[in-house]
Amino acid sequence: MSTTLPLPLTEQKKNYLNEDYSWKSWLFTTDHKRIALLYLFSITAFFFVGGAFAVGMRLNLMTPEGLFDHETYNKLFTMHGIIMVFFFLVPSIPATLGNFLIPMMIGARDLAFPRINLLSWYIYIVGGIFVLTAVVRGGVDTGWTFYAPFSTTYSNTHVIVAALAIFISGFSSILTGLNFIVTIHKMRAPGMTWSRLPLFVWSHYATSIIQVLGTPVIAITLVLLGMERIFQAGLFDPALGGDPVLFQHLFWFYSHPAVYIMILPGMGVISEIVPCFSRKGVFGYTFVALSSIAIAVLGFLVWGHHLFVAGQSMYASMVFSLISFMVAVPSAIKVFNWTATMYKGSVSFDTPMLYAFGFIGLFTIGGLTGLFLATMAIDVHVTDTYFVIAHFHYVMVGGMVMAYLGGVHFWFPKITGRLYPEGWAKFATLVVFVGFNLTFFPQFILGYQGMPRRYAHYAPEFQVLNVMSTAGASILAVGYLLPIIYLTWAWKNGPISPKNPWKAKGLEWEQAPSPPPKFNFEHQPIVNEPPYNYSGEETETTDVRS
Amino acid sequence: MSEAEMVHARERGHEPELKHHFDDPDQQLDSSTLGMWVFLLTEVMFFGGMFAGYTIYRNTYPDAFASTSRFMNLAIGSINTAVLIFSSFTMVLAVRSAQLGRKKALIGFLVITLFLGLVFLGLKGVEYHEKWVDHHIPGPGFRYEEPQYFHQAQILFFLYFAMTGLHALHMVVGVGLLVTLIAMAARNRFSAHWFTPIEMVGLYWHFVDIVWIFLFPLLYLIGRT
Repeated sequence: MSTTLPLPLTEQKKNYLNEDYSWKSWLFTTDHKRIALLYLFSITAFFFVGGAFAVGMRLNLMTPEGLFDHETYNKLFTMHGIIMVFFFLVPSIPATLGNFLIPMMIGARDLAFPRINLLSWYIYIVGGIFVLTAVVRGGVDTGWTFYAPFSTTYSNTHVIVAALAIFISGFSSILTGLNFIVTIHKMRAPGMTWSRLPLFVWSHYATSIIQVLGTPVIAITLVLLGMERIFQAGLFDPALGGDPVLFQHLFWFYSHPAVYIMILPGMGVISEIVPCFSRKGVFGYTFVALSSIAIAVLGFLVWGHHLFVAGQSMYASMVFSLISFMVAVPSAIKVFNWTATMYKGSVSFDTPMLYAFGFIGLFTIGGLTGLFLATMAIDVHVTDTYFVIAHFHYVMVGGMVMAYLGGVHFWFPKITGRLYPEGWAKFATLVVFVGFNLTFFPQFILGYQGMPRRYAHYAPEFQVLNVMSTAGASILAVGYLLPIIYLTWAWKNGPISPKNPWKAKGLEWEQAPSPPPKFNFEHQPIVNEPPYNYSGEETETTDVRS
Repeated sequence: MSEAEMVHARERGHEPELKHHFDDPDQQLDSSTLGMWVFLLTEVMFFGGMFAGYTIYRNTYPDAFASTSRFMNLAIGSINTAVLIFSSFTMVLAVRSAQLGRKKALIGFLVITLFLGLVFLGLKGVEYHEKWVDHHIPGPGFRYEEPQYFHQAQILFFLYFAMTGLHALHMVVGVGLLVTLIAMAARNRFSAHWFTPIEMVGLYWHFVDIVWIFLFPLLYLIGRT
């Protein structure tokens, strides 16, 4: 080439990434976009720590007699659960994509409380230090559920350190939720009415309600657990007049709604990706938006389905079973509406859309098997078996992690100003999909056949399916390592992205450069069209400020 | 920004306390207020977990729970209730003084509120010491005058310390916040235009008082009917 191309425009412009390179400008930043990246790197680290424990478990389960003794295996699944649930899944999409995108999607310069946002990251890190301390000092063996009286009286592991870790990180979750609620209420740009709010924002609003109302309950439950462990007063010990089922009620009062903290933001991501790659507005916008709220509300009333075999009153169980079925309705509304959105759309098969397909299929399997578990008679048969494990991972890994990866790819050009290599990304999606199903589908069968969860050793007839599952897990691991490699490469070397490479709707794409400047927009955005206006409907011309 | 600069900025019609990401002071105040109420909802759920536990056990062991309230120091509990209600009153007067821009009155009422908070904590300390002397601290050293209720009473005292302890911790935080407010007021940080922190701490202080209003009858009065 004889002529030198001028430096790309985005490289010359000041944006939130290149305005200051000092470490102080990162550690003391109050910019929601930078805090989102701090979270992104931290939760990725915890994802791989949690994943390492899963590798240990799958290696152990290659053979019926196993690699590790019972105690080690107990610690492996406990630490896998604690780290993945509290240090990856709960903050995953809200603290990264939510943090980055909510102010941009509603046309604000930042979240309502930028310093509290930074504080939440520091609290998360302190919680993370505690959980790593628990790991380094020998781990915890109670299961991530901390059931009493084992956790309060009999376990000799570092229960209090781990409980403190969750207690502390819970406050980062509360502060994130609080910040989102206030931001969504008070910081919307002129014309950004509730009925024009992107569905990603709606789903985060619902998530935030759960974070704010649910998390304090697990916090106080863990305080009581720690105090009981110290004083041995018998609060949860039947031998001393206490009630261990009370602990389970308090625990699941948070931890069941918490699974909606972990899935609703994923649904929000899918609601953005599907219309963009179908070139069509979302079918039934209002229903999709309100179904998020319905899930948040109903989600608080179903925790008893974890206690069907715990000695809970049969009549209570019937009510919990019924409400658990009712939660399926808003979830199904979402799945049907995404499908209807694609119908007669011009669907393209870019990486984010592939992840969205994966999400819809796998979440549907995960959700429907949840109905098996909500049915009391079937639940008695499969309680504490691999069926539950498979169900949970279809929703959390097949659902949430797929949505997370889809979202990271979708907004990667906005976050970094670069394009990722599409070929590699599609290949990785395929690897993740194949690896995931090979890992977890056999577990449905194992569970149905009666293999219990949380045992280091198993009967020989279960070996074939367990080997399949371990093989799948190694494929899945490759699928998760690939994006780390090519996304890191693309961040430095990828082609410069235009402002809106997907021709997507939404303020973050249409009104802000990629990457955005420090205060997100060059001019105050004003919204004068319906959401997901891919068909180019007439935009209103009246003054929205009036 | 120095004090002189702030006064200067205010005189020129600028809002020195307006953060860059808000459009106007109203939006900023609305956001702070909503944020504080959401935080208080979180607090309700935080205490709510323990109130739920209390409700369950009181229904399971009504007689044992009733018997324990005879060992609570009703005099101190009553005085503390009065102290807290009065401190809420002085807190309201502090907010009112801030609205009117009366610095001296503001500092005065904040100091009285602070003093009442400390009185409450001091009396709470006396009570905790009594429990220690009476062997009413749950754990290996626990003794109870009515042996048939030993275990049940231990659970009640466990809840007593958890609930009043968490409440006292909130009082300690409140005392710290009041000290901060007094220092800020002394440095002329507040004006009739901007006194958001005083309003927010006021909300917090009232919330902590209300928690005590529930704790007092549930722990001290149930066995005295």
